[in-house]
Amino acid sequence: MSSPARTRVRARYSARLVVRGLVSITAIALVPLSVAACTGGSPSASSGKVTLTLYNGQHVQTTEALVAAFEKATGIDVAVRSDDEDVLDAEIVAEGSRSPADVVFSENSPALEYLQARGLLAPVDRSTLARTPAKFNSPRGNWVGISARVSVLIYNPSLIDKSALPTHVLEVADPRYRGKLAFAPGETDFQPVITSVLRTYGKAEALTWLDGIKTNAESHIYPDNEAISAAVNRGIVAFGVVNQYYWYRMRAEIGAANVHSRIAYFSPRDPGYVLDISGAAVMKSSRHEAAAQRLLGFLVSAKAQEIIAHSISFEYPIVSGVKSAQSETPFDELEPNPIDVAELGTGAQAVDLLRDVQLL
Amino acid sequence: MVTVLALPLAFLLREALDAGVSNLWHLIWRSLTASLLWNTVRLTVVVTVLCAVIGTLAAYGVERTDLPGARVWAVLVVVPFAIPDFVVSFGWSSLSSWVQGFRGAVLVMTLAVYPLVYLPVAASLRGADPGQEDIARSLGVGRLVTFFRVTLGQARRAIFGGCLLVALVILAEYGAFEILGFQTFTTEIFTEFRIVDTSVACALSLVLVVLGLFVLMGESASRGGGRVSRTGSGVQRALVRRHLGHARLPVLVAYALLVVAALGVPIGSSVYWIFEGGADSLVGASLGSAALYTAGYSLGAALVATAMALPVALLVTRHPGRVHAMLERTTFLVLAMPGLVVALAISYFSTQYANSFGYQTAPLLVLAYSIMFFPLALVCVRASVAQSSVSLEEVAGSLGVRRLPAVLRVTLPLIAPGIGAAFCLVFLSAVTELTATLILIPTNAETLATQFWAYQQNLSYGQAAPFALVIIAIAAVPSYVLGRFFDRLPRRGLAQAQREVV
Repeated sequence: MSSPARTRVRARYSARLVVRGLVSITAIALVPLSVAACTGGSPSASSGKVTLTLYNGQHVQTTEALVAAFEKATGIDVAVRSDDEDVLDAEIVAEGSRSPADVVFSENSPALEYLQARGLLAPVDRSTLARTPAKFNSPRGNWVGISARVSVLIYNPSLIDKSALPTHVLEVADPRYRGKLAFAPGETDFQPVITSVLRTYGKAEALTWLDGIKTNAESHIYPDNEAISAAVNRGIVAFGVVNQYYWYRMRAEIGAANVHSRIAYFSPRDPGYVLDISGAAVMKSSRHEAAAQRLLGFLVSAKAQEIIAHSISFEYPIVSGVKSAQSETPFDELEPNPIDVAELGTGAQAVDLLRDVQLL
Repeated sequence: MVTVLALPLAFLLREALDAGVSNLWHLIWRSLTASLLWNTVRLTVVVTVLCAVIGTLAAYGVERTDLPGARVWAVLVVVPFAIPDFVVSFGWSSLSSWVQGFRGAVLVMTLAVYPLVYLPVAASLRGADPGQEDIARSLGVGRLVTFFRVTLGQARRAIFGGCLLVALVILAEYGAFEILGFQTFTTEIFTEFRIVDTSVACALSLVLVVLGLFVLMGESASRGGGRVSRTGSGVQRALVRRHLGHARLPVLVAYALLVVAALGVPIGSSVYWIFEGGADSLVGASLGSAALYTAGYSLGAALVATAMALPVALLVTRHPGRVHAMLERTTFLVLAMPGLVVALAISYFSTQYANSFGYQTAPLLVLAYSIMFFPLALVCVRASVAQSSVSLEEVAGSLGVRRLPAVLRVTLPLIAPGIGAAFCLVFLSAVTELTATLILIPTNAETLATQFWAYQQNLSYGQAAPFALVIIAIAAVPSYVLGRFFDRLPRRGLAQAQREVV
């Protein structure tokens, strides 16, 4: 009899311990939960002070620096929600007119053109648009360009000689690069290159080209440009097409001693040599439009552009008079394909082509 | 509650039907689907088999041999369960470029999830009656054949149960494969979602659910008949541990290798990157707040999921029947769904039908976790409920105790260990959750996993590493408790539990 009795006592004791543990744990749990609930929903509801919600698809650290400077200058708080620009687009579309976002800041123009095509963006203040070259802004004035990046080849010299690299984007699909090419079909940074090729050579040739890329990259399909850069750098695959700042950023993060890759440019004005514009827009559904417009105005101010120029995101500031402080090819020495943001569109055509060749 | 658990499936069907059946068929019936299917299936099969072998052997060594330091090994081989798959993946892939693609995925997933087989098998081996082995040996059956036919036979249900979990987890895994550059259904679902094509993502998810159904059916079929419990009365004889003899050294080396590979490499490379990586931003403050948020969300999820599991466990155990059993089994399907899909479903219903109620707030994130990890809580609570005899509650009733007090005073204490284990398991899983968190997390909040991911994605390994270490530290305690739970299970009469489970 003693054994079951003891078991029961022990069971009740442990039950009490569990219950007591759960109660105290719950108490601890509720603290951050309630904090989170307060900051999560509609941030400005509780106080009269305006809190903007920024959906950020750009480099997190740089955005944090920009936001901190804006908050200091204006006293307006900004809640930042960071994710890939395409994920944020998907969220905004799902949220519809109830979207908590006031401002959206994306890495590439197609992400903004996509929102504009759905009628979700409000017109940007003229004074803001006037600060940047018109060719870098939304053709309809619904978003403003903030910074620029350019497509390059990243390669590992121990696997491929610089002289053996393609200089023309169509050569990337050449059978001689089979097994040497890294490719990220889901990467939004590459879609402008596809659109550029499509505009230059037409659909049939673009499809053949993508088919060749698919064959060449068969065993090296990656989720994004960061993964391509890391793989090339580690010597897993010979080369890939990324934006220039990935390489610079990687070098800053892992240290020059760990960098075993280099970058190269396509020949001047090649369709693969594409300038991508990162921009920002105010949501039509924003309830804080005036503050949101101020944030946009700040992003193209000399102060903000200097922050970008010195940041470790290695993007080019585009307001005249501000130059990148990083040791990379100066912005005015780049010779990209003169395709503009209107022609780059929403990226939908690029996605269709990727689907046609079963890369997506 | 059934409605809540069915939300993700309802969302998938709705989105997919929106696309139209013929369109859906067109989206699924592509050569890309075939290659994804091939990748997903071969990975699932290979990793499941490897986990079955490693988990079973490791459990046999700890439970049935005179392995030196068995109790220490018992803890060390369970703790890798606390390390998120994407951290294991990060650790290995930053070590060598060999670790990538299919072979990388096999290596990393095996090391990350074999404890799912080890835990139940170890418990079952300890509870099994060694008498059956004696009889087999006395009838002239060889040692090896006895091992395969009797010992493994007794542990069969535990092995298949563990394999079921392994297979479902692999189907839904994302982070590890993204780092390794290996394409599966789940990674493609993410890509499709990213390029704003939810209907394609949902179509692919439905294929994943069907794969999960196959896994469930396969496990059901393999359960088979046969009794593993004792028939006679009296006490089992004590286990006699097998002497390893000359095999002792190689076996010890094997255990050491396993622990180094599953535990040492991820921790070691995290520490390495803290010292090696460029440190250009302050991590300290965000580390603290991320840890607080992570703990808060995870504790909330552990409470809710355990509370949901309790009535279901009581129902299916006390009132067994085909319908109840089927309902219970289908909740496992949610394990095969990527966290992203569950998160999308919840935010979809919130924005479309509930006027954005709770959208991007903590309670919704906790709800998502609770739905995702409900099956894990159920497994633990059920194991304890199965062992607690209903007759004790009935006796209390016959003595004039009302129903609720009887449940609180009699049943609850009996199943307390299961509740504790469920709590720990859900907590552990929530701490390491990434994909649903990315979608549902309140603006301005961050968890350890999302911060690790953001830095890792930016190739900021130096900044990512501290988050990995804190995740491991927070998750190690529950995984230890969990190990203890399975450790104690048999002494409370696993044989009886198994009888009732059948």
